[in-house]
Amino acid sequence: MDFKTFYNEVVTDHNMHPLHKHSIEDPDIEMEGVNPSCGDEITVQLKVKDGIISDGSFIGDGCAISQASADIMIDMIIGKNVTEAKHLADNFIRMIKGEATQDEIDELGEAGALSDISHMPARVKCAVLGWRTVDEIIKGMDK
Amino acid sequence: MTETKILEKVKEYRKCFPLLSQDIAYLDNAATTQKPSKVLDAVRDYYEKNNANPFRGVYDLSERATECYENARAKTAAFINAEAPENIIFVRNASEALNLLAYSWCEDNLAEGDEVVVSVMEHHSDFLPWKYMAEKKKAHLVKLEPDETGYISDEALDKCLSEKTRIVALTQVSNVLGRVNDIKHIAEKVHACGALISVDGAQSVPHMKVDVRELDCDFLSFSGHKMFGPMGIGVLYGKREHFEKMRPFMYGGEMIQTVHWDRVTYAEVPHRFEAGTVNVGGAVGLSAAIDFINEVGWDIIEAQEEILTKRAIEGIRAIDGIRIIGSQNANDHKGIVTFCVNDVHPHDTSDILGRSGVCIRAGHHCAQPLMDFLGVKSTCRVSFAFYNTEEEVDRFLEELSKVRGLLGYGF
Repeated sequence: MDFKTFYNEVVTDHNMHPLHKHSIEDPDIEMEGVNPSCGDEITVQLKVKDGIISDGSFIGDGCAISQASADIMIDMIIGKNVTEAKHLADNFIRMIKGEATQDEIDELGEAGALSDISHMPARVKCAVLGWRTVDEIIKGMDK
Repeated sequence: MTETKILEKVKEYRKCFPLLSQDIAYLDNAATTQKPSKVLDAVRDYYEKNNANPFRGVYDLSERATECYENARAKTAAFINAEAPENIIFVRNASEALNLLAYSWCEDNLAEGDEVVVSVMEHHSDFLPWKYMAEKKKAHLVKLEPDETGYISDEALDKCLSEKTRIVALTQVSNVLGRVNDIKHIAEKVHACGALISVDGAQSVPHMKVDVRELDCDFLSFSGHKMFGPMGIGVLYGKREHFEKMRPFMYGGEMIQTVHWDRVTYAEVPHRFEAGTVNVGGAVGLSAAIDFINEVGWDIIEAQEEILTKRAIEGIRAIDGIRIIGSQNANDHKGIVTFCVNDVHPHDTSDILGRSGVCIRAGHHCAQPLMDFLGVKSTCRVSFAFYNTEEEVDRFLEELSKVRGLLGYGF
């Protein structure tokens, strides 16, 4: 795999110019995610009204993969209901594990640009950091 | 020795390392070094010809295994100019050496209100055991701070030392900054206030002549695998009078004299600290690694590492958007150069270089307190062994110069 497919334009663009890397005022939910292999931390903030994610953001430092992945994720889940968001997170995690079908990857839109990371065991944790955090948030809401 | 002569020798010795025939530039030697055939052969030879459980059997094969192990101890003692083989305790690695020392020594020598001085540039394994024991004993952990190039001034040291100081834990070479601490001078000052000094030699012993009697250090820890030896063998050197007063760290077989339900006496130093079946194969490998280093010679090792370090630092400085951490002067770096690429996370840099076969380290290098002190989260590190070549440095620099561009940043 060469750099073009891995550090592609989608990744570098979201890393350099993130749309959602900031704090939002009065988030309803806030959760920290840690990548145990490097210690990088991000905090995901969401506003949820009537089961719909009305706004979201993330803060923290990390590598291009983790930052781009989190930014794409937030962009995708804003406006979705939590069930849809959970479905996307499941799909994404399955894609990174190399288990997703092409249809499932297509459903992920821009996040599909990260599919090649399934071949890079050392970077899997970077890619899923934001998605796992959202997955945890939604699981917590069920309780 | 001329540069041409050094280059010739390096080329010759490089061939002794089977792994280096791969098309990679292995520049993560501070993490672990590659192994020459002589080390691998020595380990294999031990298991093929002399393997038995040492010390236990009263038969020729067991005696040969014991001899292999004790010869390795004597070889190691001579290598660092220790007083006698008994000053050498074999452990798994420098981390275990430091844990053994901190747990065992502090248990009987540290009291409430006492002070343990630890530098902020220590590897986690020379920080956490002292921190744990200081807390356990209600002693104070005193932070010794260098300047941002890693230099420890007399003023900084004097501020930390007092009549309450019991022990000072300090690395001889920082695994991040590459700076060499003047242990001999520092040991004098530490001893003058009645304290002991434990030296972490993990990054010094593989790269320079270390003479424990000249340094007058009380303890020295190092790992075999960072000096061309196998993984799983390390060394704790200590002055005899200190070892004599230390309790065992691990209890078990072969570390006792007699054991009865109500009465136990322990074995002599150093066996008291080597519970269980020891790593003879590892010790034999370490012994072969020492032979190999002696054969190559410090003049070649140090000269080549200096050439590589200088070339790397000059090359990195010539690339826009990269910052060297610590001293900007190559003479202050013992084969270790740490840097940050502006706007780029070290893991991305290391990943990009890795795809081109250039192996460097990224992260906090098990020295997070130093990262805090320097105000960085993580960094990239390139570290040399004498078998590295200038072509490898150039390959590293070539790939490094592309990193910002690949991530979409202009220069």
